[in-house]
Amino acid sequence: MRLHVLAAGHLTTVQDRGRPGWAHLGVPRAGALDAPAADLANRLVGNPADAAVLETTLGGLAVRASADCWVAVTGAEGPVLVDGRPRGHARAERLPAGALLELGTPRRGVRSYLAVAGGIAVEPVLGSRSTDTLAWVGPPRVEAGAVLPVGLPPGPPAALDTPRPGRPGPLRLHPGPRADWFAGDPVAAMCHAAYTVEEASNRVGLRLAGPPLERVRSGELPSEGMVLGAVQVPPSGRPVVFLADHPVTGGYPVVAVVDAGDLWRCAQLRPGDEVRFSLARPAAAAAPTR
Amino acid sequence: MDVAGALGSRVSVRARPVGPSAVLVDVAGPGEALALAAWVRDRSLPVVEVVPAAATVLLDGVDPAAVLPALAAWEPTAEAPTGGLVEVSVTYDGEDLDAVADAWGTTVAEVVERHAALTFVSAFCGFAPGFAYLAGLPDELSVPRLDSPRPRVPAGSVALAGTWCGVYPTASPGGWRIIGRTDVGLWDTRREPPALLPPGTRVRFVPA
Repeated sequence: MRLHVLAAGHLTTVQDRGRPGWAHLGVPRAGALDAPAADLANRLVGNPADAAVLETTLGGLAVRASADCWVAVTGAEGPVLVDGRPRGHARAERLPAGALLELGTPRRGVRSYLAVAGGIAVEPVLGSRSTDTLAWVGPPRVEAGAVLPVGLPPGPPAALDTPRPGRPGPLRLHPGPRADWFAGDPVAAMCHAAYTVEEASNRVGLRLAGPPLERVRSGELPSEGMVLGAVQVPPSGRPVVFLADHPVTGGYPVVAVVDAGDLWRCAQLRPGDEVRFSLARPAAAAAPTR
Repeated sequence: MDVAGALGSRVSVRARPVGPSAVLVDVAGPGEALALAAWVRDRSLPVVEVVPAAATVLLDGVDPAAVLPALAAWEPTAEAPTGGLVEVSVTYDGEDLDAVADAWGTTVAEVVERHAALTFVSAFCGFAPGFAYLAGLPDELSVPRLDSPRPRVPAGSVALAGTWCGVYPTASPGGWRIIGRTDVGLWDTRREPPALLPPGTRVRFVPA
């Protein structure tokens, strides 16, 4: 079976759980930015957790399937239309062969996920079907006119699933390795400040405007390895939260690290949205993740 | 934190926490970073990413409480592992050759001769897939970066910055001083490993 792409909106990519383990060769991990939403979409259509889905940015994706199939749309919530008729968000829907599936502009959030039973079956690169938008490792970005292979459906879709609860409130911060490059207690300073998401944010990083952090050390930091969620502070003093396509090494000091459980929220913040931080409790860090 | 005391080891390893599941280990330089990265991989410690760099090794996807005691057994060594030797054929016609000759206080012909006489070691990869930071240029031959990066440096460009040498695997912006070009494929995801110059590889440049 194949999926014919008629429109791809601002940016649509194939994503799975990414390709960790290649950072030492300069390869970003990539993977779905809102991983819990991608996981939910896969569960809804009966796919294994590592199946590839489509990640689309602010809607605008339109596809037709060459055969009847189960689909599910999760993540940023907006209109889901099949041949112009509204369908549900975050539930398994039957897409008839030849019917047009369209994702409208979400009311809030940024990234939506389309899972198709069987998974997007493009050729994996270094063990993953994810597209990294920093160095473009992986399948090419999805453009109008693309024809994507779909795998064999593994089984019946899940009858029900529980959408995650929203988690309002601040993003949790752990101390980073280079907090001593900044005046006072920079993590505490971040927890007292309000930031705004900047337009230039993307899959590489969430860029924040706000009170700049004051550096107490001059000179350059030799390039060092970077982690997912690292809060890097360039000379402007404005923090950047590293997301899935972040460079594997960087030369600006990392003041803090966003808790892994809050990274999906970074994927759904829009330019202009307000961001606040709080100090993560070490106990929360030790709790098992979903 | 100093993890040596806990096990009564003579060796002191300095590591900084990077959130709850990664640590950044300080080392004396790229050679020691390579040695530690190899040591960690040889022991199959439970770690997702081992990223050697200029003065650190990042261990990501770890339980710091488990990995830090294990690190106490490591004896720092500046000796870089001797990986395979790769010869890279270069046409020395880069647009910054004159500037490098000025920085070295010599002629273009001498720049080519000196560069081709060195054996470099891939210390770490970063910047782009397959881009290796090649160590081996002595301090006195350090070369300043361009004041403002070029918007596009062609794939295969052989370039210098500071005491590093590198070869651009793909066309990209870049601020290094270009001394030549090569046709050698630096990055191929169908090859194992996909990088031609993974950390530890020794590299010589041969005038084409």
